[in-house]
Amino acid sequence: MKKNLFNKVWKLHEVQKLPNGESQLFIGTHLLHEVTSPQAFSMLREKKLKVAFPNRTFATVDHIIPTINRSRPFKDELAEEMMQAIEKNTSEFGVTFFNPETGKQGVIHVIAPELGLIQPGMLVACGDSHTSTHGAFGAIAFGIGTSQIRDVLASQCISMKKPKVKKIKVTGSLKKGVFAKDVALKIIQELGVKGGLGFAYEYCGQVFEEMSIEERMTVCNMTIEGGARAGYVNPDEKTFVYLKNREYVPKENFEKLVEFWKSIASDSDAEYDDVYLIDGSAIEPMVTWGINPGQTTSVTKKIPLIDSLPENERKTALDAFDYTGFKEGESMLGKKIDVAFIGSCTNGRISDLREAANLIKGKKVSENVRALAVPGSQQVKKQAEEEGLDKIFEEAGFEWRDAGCSMCLAMNPDKLIGREICASSSNRNFKGRQGSPTGRTILMSPAMVAVSAIEGKIVDVRDYL
Amino acid sequence: MISKILEVKGKAIQVRGNDIDTDEIIPARYMRTITFDTLGKFAFYDVRFDSNGQPKKHSFNEDKYLGANILLVNKNFGCGSSREHAPQALMRHGVKAIIGESFAEIFAGNCQMLGIPCVTTTKENIEKLQNYSEKNAEEKVLINIENSEVSFGEEKIKISISEERRKSLIDGSWDTLGLLINNLEKTKEKAKELPYLNFL
Repeated sequence: MKKNLFNKVWKLHEVQKLPNGESQLFIGTHLLHEVTSPQAFSMLREKKLKVAFPNRTFATVDHIIPTINRSRPFKDELAEEMMQAIEKNTSEFGVTFFNPETGKQGVIHVIAPELGLIQPGMLVACGDSHTSTHGAFGAIAFGIGTSQIRDVLASQCISMKKPKVKKIKVTGSLKKGVFAKDVALKIIQELGVKGGLGFAYEYCGQVFEEMSIEERMTVCNMTIEGGARAGYVNPDEKTFVYLKNREYVPKENFEKLVEFWKSIASDSDAEYDDVYLIDGSAIEPMVTWGINPGQTTSVTKKIPLIDSLPENERKTALDAFDYTGFKEGESMLGKKIDVAFIGSCTNGRISDLREAANLIKGKKVSENVRALAVPGSQQVKKQAEEEGLDKIFEEAGFEWRDAGCSMCLAMNPDKLIGREICASSSNRNFKGRQGSPTGRTILMSPAMVAVSAIEGKIVDVRDYL
Repeated sequence: MISKILEVKGKAIQVRGNDIDTDEIIPARYMRTITFDTLGKFAFYDVRFDSNGQPKKHSFNEDKYLGANILLVNKNFGCGSSREHAPQALMRHGVKAIIGESFAEIFAGNCQMLGIPCVTTTKENIEKLQNYSEKNAEEKVLINIENSEVSFGEEKIKISISEERRKSLIDGSWDTLGLLINNLEKTKEKAKELPYLNFL
């Protein structure tokens, strides 16, 4: 007793202690995409190594794939080269590749859960920082670099030092118009972008109990933006219902699995290295005003005055004002936008599209705004089209695209141009993140993006419910 | 091949500011490549050059720092993406070690795998070091990993690195592949113990 889920999962997957004192950890599910993996496969070839557990690695293509005009070869020769590399690497090394022909392609952090590849108690790794998403199932999921991808391919293991565990309890219920994204941004605002260094986060409290699995994924996804390497929610009935009958979830022994999943949850008297409390009922819709996801304000409040900030945040705030052209003490409400983006591993799931579609139905996107709705996966797209959401988006003036990372990080043709301002449901507002070295990103919930697209400026979604 | 890293000596270059993210270190558009070979020249590209390719004010553009191999940074350096392209770009630009107030964890882990020590020290010490290298760009700085010390000019300061990482650098086991593949039998045993793999 007294153990939290993180420590149970760690112990379950620890192969041994290495001579340097770190733990050798077995990776239950390894996910791959085309950007961070080709060099890892090259290293395997150089060293004449095989993939040790080819049936525990799953790949797709998401970052570079165009979301429109996907016929091969891709127009961008570099993207085509990367596509060919992942095709060759996965086929040569015997790794399952969910390419567009399978109908299961999409953003890796959207497809892995929908296929049932992520389950409670698993240790998951992927060469992508937003791997933290998978904590929504009570899995522990780490983003890793390319050399570690090579390690996992060759040995199914990584070497790591155990972090501490901080419990973040969000009490009460969210008010109408406040979404999982707002909770994620609030946590980062409170704890800071460095607050999670050295920690894994356990998210709990009534707000998380009331969230759907997809909403939990949104919060876990943004864990890394707060500096914590992993974040998770304990599995519950909602988790089990979500997983039942998913493609990669065993059907025969499902009840036995559920027993295991229940046993891996944190004990009721579990101990933590730290605890932090947030009043969920006080959270408002959030928007970012700067160049990192901690530079955030409730939409009704003003951009903070420099003097009101802790001293070590002032320089970054000045950099932010210099880059964005926004000023201290201003309101974000009413800021004109040029682009609206709904999608990404943070908010590209069916529930996100439903929420947004619901708000724009019968309305028109402002004529000054270029608006994109990008489903996170081919399966999400199919589901959305069955529900007629594509028509709602298109009739409102959104472009309805194919599945991929799209404008979250601009490694594909979807990019900001010049100083454009984008209301975005993605996860990072770093300088240049959306493809233009001077482009500006304002992070918010998909619902906020939807209403802002209609008005052509930042508005408060609560005025449209 | 075992390469022990006991110390790093060289000219130092400072990049000031907290929360410098991996998109700043290597803009994503330069990652459309299947090797790491080309990344060195794109390190910090968007903060070094304007849209016409003209140099902006940035330490990486200053002649006096040419050949510097120790990078001096502030808090939470390397936050954001897990892209190893970021340390690869710095390494290919010549960086062999980084001293900072703190580092994002995936970034520091990626550096370690490449044999680039990321060591930390206090805000005051970093400021001292940054000011020193600004005024004495030609002077060498010495990071002693074994003793967890940095020497520059007449000064010596203490640095921190996790004991696990310090040991790995010193005994040359910082590239973990060798250690991990040697244990394949144990790994297979572990796989058999995992409930979720047994119900497949």
